[in-house]
Amino acid sequence: MVARVMSGNEVVAYGVKLSRAEIVPSYPITPQTTIVEQIAEFIANGEMRAELMRVESEYAAMGACIGASLMGARTFTATSSQGLAFMHELTHWAAGSRLPIVMAVVNRAMAPPWNIWADQQDVLSQRDTGWLSLFCETNQEVLDTCIQAFRISEDREVLLPVMFSLDGFMLSHTSEPVELPKQGDVDGFLPESRRPPLLDVDHPTTLFNVPVPEQYMEFRHWIEKSMDAARRVIPKADREFKRRFGRGYRGMLEPYWLEGAEVALLTAGSVCGTVRDVVESLRKRGEKVGMIKLRSFRPFPSEELRRACEGLRVLGVADRACSFGMGGIIFSDVSAALQPLNVRVLGFIAGLGGRDITHRDIWRMFKRCIRAIEVTPARAIEWFV
Amino acid sequence: MSENVKSLVDVPTEEFLLPGHAACAGCGSTLALRLTLKALGKNTIVTIPASCVSVIQGPFPLSSIAVPVLNVALPATGAVISGMEAVFRFRKEKRKIVVLGFGGDGATADIGLQTLSGAFERGHGIVYVCHDNEAYMNTGIQRSSATPFGAWTTTTPIGRYGAGKRHFKKDMPAIFAAHRIPCIATASVAYPLDLMQKLKRAQAVGGPAYVHIHCPCPPGWRFPPSQTIKLARLAVGTGMWVLYEIENGDPSTLRITVRPSKRRPVAEYLRAQGRFQHLPEREIRQIQKFVDENCERLGLEVARAR
Repeated sequence: MVARVMSGNEVVAYGVKLSRAEIVPSYPITPQTTIVEQIAEFIANGEMRAELMRVESEYAAMGACIGASLMGARTFTATSSQGLAFMHELTHWAAGSRLPIVMAVVNRAMAPPWNIWADQQDVLSQRDTGWLSLFCETNQEVLDTCIQAFRISEDREVLLPVMFSLDGFMLSHTSEPVELPKQGDVDGFLPESRRPPLLDVDHPTTLFNVPVPEQYMEFRHWIEKSMDAARRVIPKADREFKRRFGRGYRGMLEPYWLEGAEVALLTAGSVCGTVRDVVESLRKRGEKVGMIKLRSFRPFPSEELRRACEGLRVLGVADRACSFGMGGIIFSDVSAALQPLNVRVLGFIAGLGGRDITHRDIWRMFKRCIRAIEVTPARAIEWFV
Repeated sequence: MSENVKSLVDVPTEEFLLPGHAACAGCGSTLALRLTLKALGKNTIVTIPASCVSVIQGPFPLSSIAVPVLNVALPATGAVISGMEAVFRFRKEKRKIVVLGFGGDGATADIGLQTLSGAFERGHGIVYVCHDNEAYMNTGIQRSSATPFGAWTTTTPIGRYGAGKRHFKKDMPAIFAAHRIPCIATASVAYPLDLMQKLKRAQAVGGPAYVHIHCPCPPGWRFPPSQTIKLARLAVGTGMWVLYEIENGDPSTLRITVRPSKRRPVAEYLRAQGRFQHLPEREIRQIQKFVDENCERLGLEVARAR
């Protein structure tokens, strides 16, 4: 295994190469662009055998992914923000078509006003499309999640597309040492795709014509059942990955220092690194605090979360996005999942549009949570403006 | 199957649009689909954006189309068939498979124009057929950019302040000619041999091919279902619709394939349809002028019957 210092986007490109994606429709958008630039270079240098389709929009990128994946090809694309929003009609279509497309989402704020920096509004707004949605904390996790994503997505029990997120600039343009596995080892974990094409002239079928209402609902129910299956498949893929490569991410969520904790902060993405630091310093001062890192947003690990939260008094949720008129998007899901437990849930909205979430901010969030053990806070949701 | 369709005896007897489909009586688009699949044959995968054909094919789990069919979102056709074709090319598919997009005028001239333009610019080996019934017929006769000037639709109603569509029909073949794709042709359901010859050529060129088929719609245009072919023929006979083909977008290759011996006044075509009944003489003259200029531009040099 070789360690190299690489930006998150470079890492995604290596992940896609190691995963042997065959068709890569792409459209440039900051901060995603350097992923497809790097893939273009791999192909031009003969290091990767794939077709890079330079399509005319993100909508077309997802359309081409659908066409290519339907014909059985391993298919990848990457986007951010406006690009992901523009795809939205077809992200529904891809999931409804049960296609194992993998997409990297380099998280960026939605305009207006224009903003190119880290923010998870883009990916969280795709919540209800039927895609699996995973988050990464480090560039190493980006690489490993990319490879795992293809395996999870193509699992016959799942057959749903997967998007994995890396925070714009925080990971995409920040260099970290990353261990690159050998191609042969990745091939062992993720064999070549042998999925047959869904359309074949020798066996004509008609896909997606109109079912009557008495039939339609079954199609949707199957998506939900596959999400349930993904709750087993994601941790299984992660365990298998750990067995082969020595690195794992605890499946759908990672409890960090929850032993004896009364208070914890749940969050997703690159900010988890900062939270780990703060937990460590607070623990040194004797505070009973911990962290829960959300790795899988869809499917949402409700069961695993309830298990992790047993014994907690207060759980804070730091969201890098907002469902206006309600509060943090992850906060809402966490509140719903913890409803049977006697745990107070507080929501924090922070770090929108690339604003730093500092140690001080995290410190303040923990303070609010600790105070809430004794005193009911005036507001359940607080903006760190 | 004969490689060219020179006469009726060359027309393949095999049907890929089967009886029991859900089309209205006299549907031009259905005829276009039937003839297109006859010409392209068994090794065709057809992608259908939302259109009347979404209904015509029949409800799940039935299908009246005997080749593989993919239904896609209204704007997506160009992108989706690009992706399919890319896989065939990438995997060096040995069989000759036609990747066909079959969209209505809305999917072609309006909402799907961008993905189609992208697919043509990238040079994918695809065939795209526009079955043009000149409005959003599946949603109930709303104006599209392919609706002709003056036509009544439900969104261009006739009233004190409304007199039908106020804009001329968008010229899609000219737009795609500007993409310099190897094969562009216009066709009509009234000229099935000409139509099938053009699709055979589209299939043979190997690059992007565009065939735009004029498809009368009895409920949308307000005429009896028995008159579909007569009206389609009258459109060609009056110069409202001109049958031609262009190679690589080069105007010098423009070839008129059906030349009416004597061009009839457009009024004959307009008067035969309910959607134009409200047109004042002045607007009929305006349409005549537009058609004359268009025929002149395309080199359809015949004297108009006066």
